[in-house]
Amino acid sequence: MSKPVGLRTYSVLYLVFLYAPIMLLPLFAFNKSSVIAFPLSGFTTEWFAAMWEDGELFRALRNSLVVSGSTAVISTVFGLFAARAITRYRFPLKPGLAGMIMLPMILPNIIIAMSILVVLLTIGVYLSLWTIVLGHVLICIPFATAILLTAFRSLDKSLEEAACDLGETPASAFRLITLPLIMPGIISSILMCFTISLDEFVIAYFLGGTNTPLAAYIYGQFRFPAKVPAMLALGTILVVSSIILIGAAEYLRRRGLARAGGG
Amino acid sequence: MIELQDVHKHYGNYHALRGITVTIEAGEFFSLLGPSGCGKTTLLRTIAGFEPISSGAVLIDGKNMGGVPPNLRPANMVFQSYAIFPHLSVAQNVGFGLRRDPRSPAEKSKAVAEALEMVGLRDFNARDTQALSGGQRQRVALARALVLKPKVLLLDEPLSALDKKMREQRQMELIKLQQQVGITFVLVTHDQEEALVMSDRIAVMFDGEVAQLADPETLFRRPNARRVAEFVGTMNFLDAHVISEAGGRVELDTQGLGRVMLETSQVSGGPSQGGAAVGFRPESLTILFEGQVAPDRESAATVTDVVYHGGLTYYDVRLDGASKSVRLSMRNVFGRPVLSTGVRTRIAWSPGSLRLFR
Repeated sequence: MSKPVGLRTYSVLYLVFLYAPIMLLPLFAFNKSSVIAFPLSGFTTEWFAAMWEDGELFRALRNSLVVSGSTAVISTVFGLFAARAITRYRFPLKPGLAGMIMLPMILPNIIIAMSILVVLLTIGVYLSLWTIVLGHVLICIPFATAILLTAFRSLDKSLEEAACDLGETPASAFRLITLPLIMPGIISSILMCFTISLDEFVIAYFLGGTNTPLAAYIYGQFRFPAKVPAMLALGTILVVSSIILIGAAEYLRRRGLARAGGG
Repeated sequence: MIELQDVHKHYGNYHALRGITVTIEAGEFFSLLGPSGCGKTTLLRTIAGFEPISSGAVLIDGKNMGGVPPNLRPANMVFQSYAIFPHLSVAQNVGFGLRRDPRSPAEKSKAVAEALEMVGLRDFNARDTQALSGGQRQRVALARALVLKPKVLLLDEPLSALDKKMREQRQMELIKLQQQVGITFVLVTHDQEEALVMSDRIAVMFDGEVAQLADPETLFRRPNARRVAEFVGTMNFLDAHVISEAGGRVELDTQGLGRVMLETSQVSGGPSQGGAAVGFRPESLTILFEGQVAPDRESAATVTDVVYHGGLTYYDVRLDGASKSVRLSMRNVFGRPVLSTGVRTRIAWSPGSLRLFR
């Protein structure tokens, strides 16, 4: 039987198109020349050193950690409420409300950024890292809810009832039984939201005012050709940490499903 | 021990429990039997406290349980899924309910070990719950409830997930266990055989109501309604009409069986016009072989189907004059032939084994 050559070529081209640019990042980050072009002119780690000495970069990094960390925790808490309500309770308009929670997932970030900006300016709120957090929580809640919904759905409802039957209050049953069992989902949600927030540019750029998180800072640096290799070095570090974070999130989610007896 | 007084439960427009009034005695093995959706699990959950009732009262040990949450009721439950906590070991599962117990850790672990021993799981303390078989999980769930020495143990279809052999073995063990601990057991099951084997008394439920409450033998011999008779065991029905009714006796004309006289104790339902049916169990008809004489009445019939079950053979036979076949069972004793389809035969029966439903 002959293999369909066309399809195979298509797959290879597709993967190259998808991943080659990311592969170029570390390649040029370790390249001696400050001009981003082939042929490569030798190995160096000086761009990483240059990055290391950039004080503004660290300020941006600190901003990003504050924004992404807060976003991750707040979105996961809201996602927890939403997912539990959706899986446990019957209430009017449930499908509609669940849909509303998921809506920001398909809403363009630019529209979210603009509308929040207009509202904030109208009511006179100063732009800060917290206004970025506001926008990021909005776009992260759907992801947190989706991840936690799978965690709750794979959980046998009678587990919590059994704990209540054995003398625990609803609150302590949740803490002793439900929480440990959905913990992989919670961690997975935190990691996912952190990554989304770290990555997000449009909302951060619109709502940050003078406070620049990492994404906006990197964008700004690309105006100076001499700074570009250092940004590639930073990019390399970000790619590696993203892969580790998302990998950990997925691993925990699957382990959580396996442990709760789900598929 | 448990008193249910006119318990109603509504889910929106759905009337799940329609006025249940039942008293369950202390130390009794009580079963709620019925098809799925009849409200038996809902009723069990109202006793446990998971379902608030719409009206009526639930009393345990004389105390009204209205507003008392599950954690404060003297009843413990074995869930259908067993609800074994997957992140805890066997001993941690069994000891879970003792968290608020003031006894010392040593005394508690002794209680856990005793409970595990009682259900036949000695030396299982440190086992990972993921490695347990279905039967073992059921035992852990049982030990977890019994360690608290509840007044009432509620069992929601505890054996339905097990295979037939294991189920029959566990039935016997549960009966022994109940006699040993003397706790009131309330069992929910859809398996009529399980209910008959295990219970002191059975409440048969249909559509949110108790259709009959009786001990197993009464339930089997004197079902008070046709649907109870159909649900508990196998029962044949033949159309009949009442000719006369006087002096504690009812005279009937029954399809295939002719004119029979029944005592009023054999009659379910009050006097009424219209269709009536005579019901009887497969074992109350006997095929007569060469030279055998009927001790009471005899009818002619044709064999329409034969199902061989090893120890028993089920015959479907059409009595002369009847519009449909009825099922009878014969033990396959040594030397007795198994008849084949189409054979003419004589059937022995007795009016005393019949029951009139109207």
